[in-house]
Amino acid sequence: MKPFDYQRATDADSAIATVSRDPEARYIGGGTNLVDHMKLGVTQPGKLVDITRLPYDSVESLPDGRVRIGATVRNSDLAAEPVIRQRYPLLAQALLSGASGQLRNLATTGGNLLQRTRCPYFQDVTTPCNKREPGSGCSALEGWNRHHAVLGASERCVATHPSDMAVALAALDADVLVEGPDGQRTVPVTELHRLPGDEPEQDTVLRHGELVTAVELPPLPFAVRSRYRKVRDRASYAFALVSVAAAVEVSDGAITEARIAFGGLAHKPWRATAAERALHGAPATEETFRAAADAELAEAETLRDNEFKIPMTRNTLAAVLRELTQQEGS
Amino acid sequence: MDSEITLRVDGRRETLSVDTRTTLLDALRERLGVTSPKKGCDHGQCGACTVLLDGRRATSCLTFAVANEHSEVVTAEGLAEKDEPHPVQQALLDNDGFQCGYCTPGQVCSAVGMLDEVKSGWPSYVTDDLEEPVELDEDEIRERMSGNLCRCGAYANIVTAIREAAE
Repeated sequence: MKPFDYQRATDADSAIATVSRDPEARYIGGGTNLVDHMKLGVTQPGKLVDITRLPYDSVESLPDGRVRIGATVRNSDLAAEPVIRQRYPLLAQALLSGASGQLRNLATTGGNLLQRTRCPYFQDVTTPCNKREPGSGCSALEGWNRHHAVLGASERCVATHPSDMAVALAALDADVLVEGPDGQRTVPVTELHRLPGDEPEQDTVLRHGELVTAVELPPLPFAVRSRYRKVRDRASYAFALVSVAAAVEVSDGAITEARIAFGGLAHKPWRATAAERALHGAPATEETFRAAADAELAEAETLRDNEFKIPMTRNTLAAVLRELTQQEGS
Repeated sequence: MDSEITLRVDGRRETLSVDTRTTLLDALRERLGVTSPKKGCDHGQCGACTVLLDGRRATSCLTFAVANEHSEVVTAEGLAEKDEPHPVQQALLDNDGFQCGYCTPGQVCSAVGMLDEVKSGWPSYVTDDLEEPVELDEDEIRERMSGNLCRCGAYANIVTAIREAAE
């Protein structure tokens, strides 16, 4: 591992100033992804600025009904938070489906959003990877691509985003609060992560030196009836092959509100707007659920090893919607 | 680049100078001679390095020692009271909850941390109702302990031991 300088940030302004002026500097939160990447040689920062002791470690219910989650709130604490369990069960479930108990105790909200793909070629510095080394090629295109993208991929990169939490946040239309050298801005979580296009090395729209300080959830009353379901190669402690985050409202047997996002399918958490349009106003039936999945997957392109994701996504969405709408009817 | 840090490890105060690249696991094992946390995968995938960090279970291989200034670290060694094993340790002994024993110190720390999480009412991915108290059945134990691999496959007896220790 390359030697690096370590600084513990005591206030956000100086942390942002330090990282902004040094292209080799990086923020570190829980470290569960970054420390691993430093061991693997995937990234070699010259300086780490530890932001875990900044005052971003609380979850607040705001007067306007929104909920603000500090960037350094640990994944385990967020999943256990009563307001999240009551009002946004899909978010608690998504967090609890990720990693393991000992990793969730370290991992932070901001770090979870900014974790990088688990594509094995990205993590193996002996193989070409456009995300790790722009222009070197994509080993997954013709290689082992069982876990890779079927939506929104490019010839340069077919990696998927690994976060479960971010999929739930995308369904909820959460906002990400960011501070940078030029002040604050708010980025909708659905616009935080990019599709790979010609620059797969850029996971997000954040600029060097910008710091995620919080995530805000809108009130969204119907999210009390919501679900995150994850399908994977083993029952626990594995990344998603496919996951579904969903919240729906049903009135007189028809769907009046629907929020759907998919994980494991794309370079970013995939907000399924075509599926939502197909659900709106439609009867809560198996045909509707499957038609909604098909509407979203119409543009899907599969690779050698991941064709199974298409029926798996259709079946998982239908199962989640069946469960949620039956609950509603009973 | 070296940095001086102070930690409490199994009740002892330790001050040492570490290269910033040193993980907490390596500081414990190589610098302080505390070898109960084990290096299995060194990538946070096996759980053999699990310790209690400020009272919560954590993988010590994925955190730099320098980031844990003033932290309280308890390893499986520090859980025993003199010659009396911790109840989780005793339950693993009584139920043959291990074979080679390499994953065991991590299993012990993880189980102790996990039982505290249950006491605090934390749900898991297999908890049906997120607002009801948790009933620690076999499915719950398996889900909550999934971050600790045992390549001997002693899982059945590990689950039994943890159920016993929880009573």
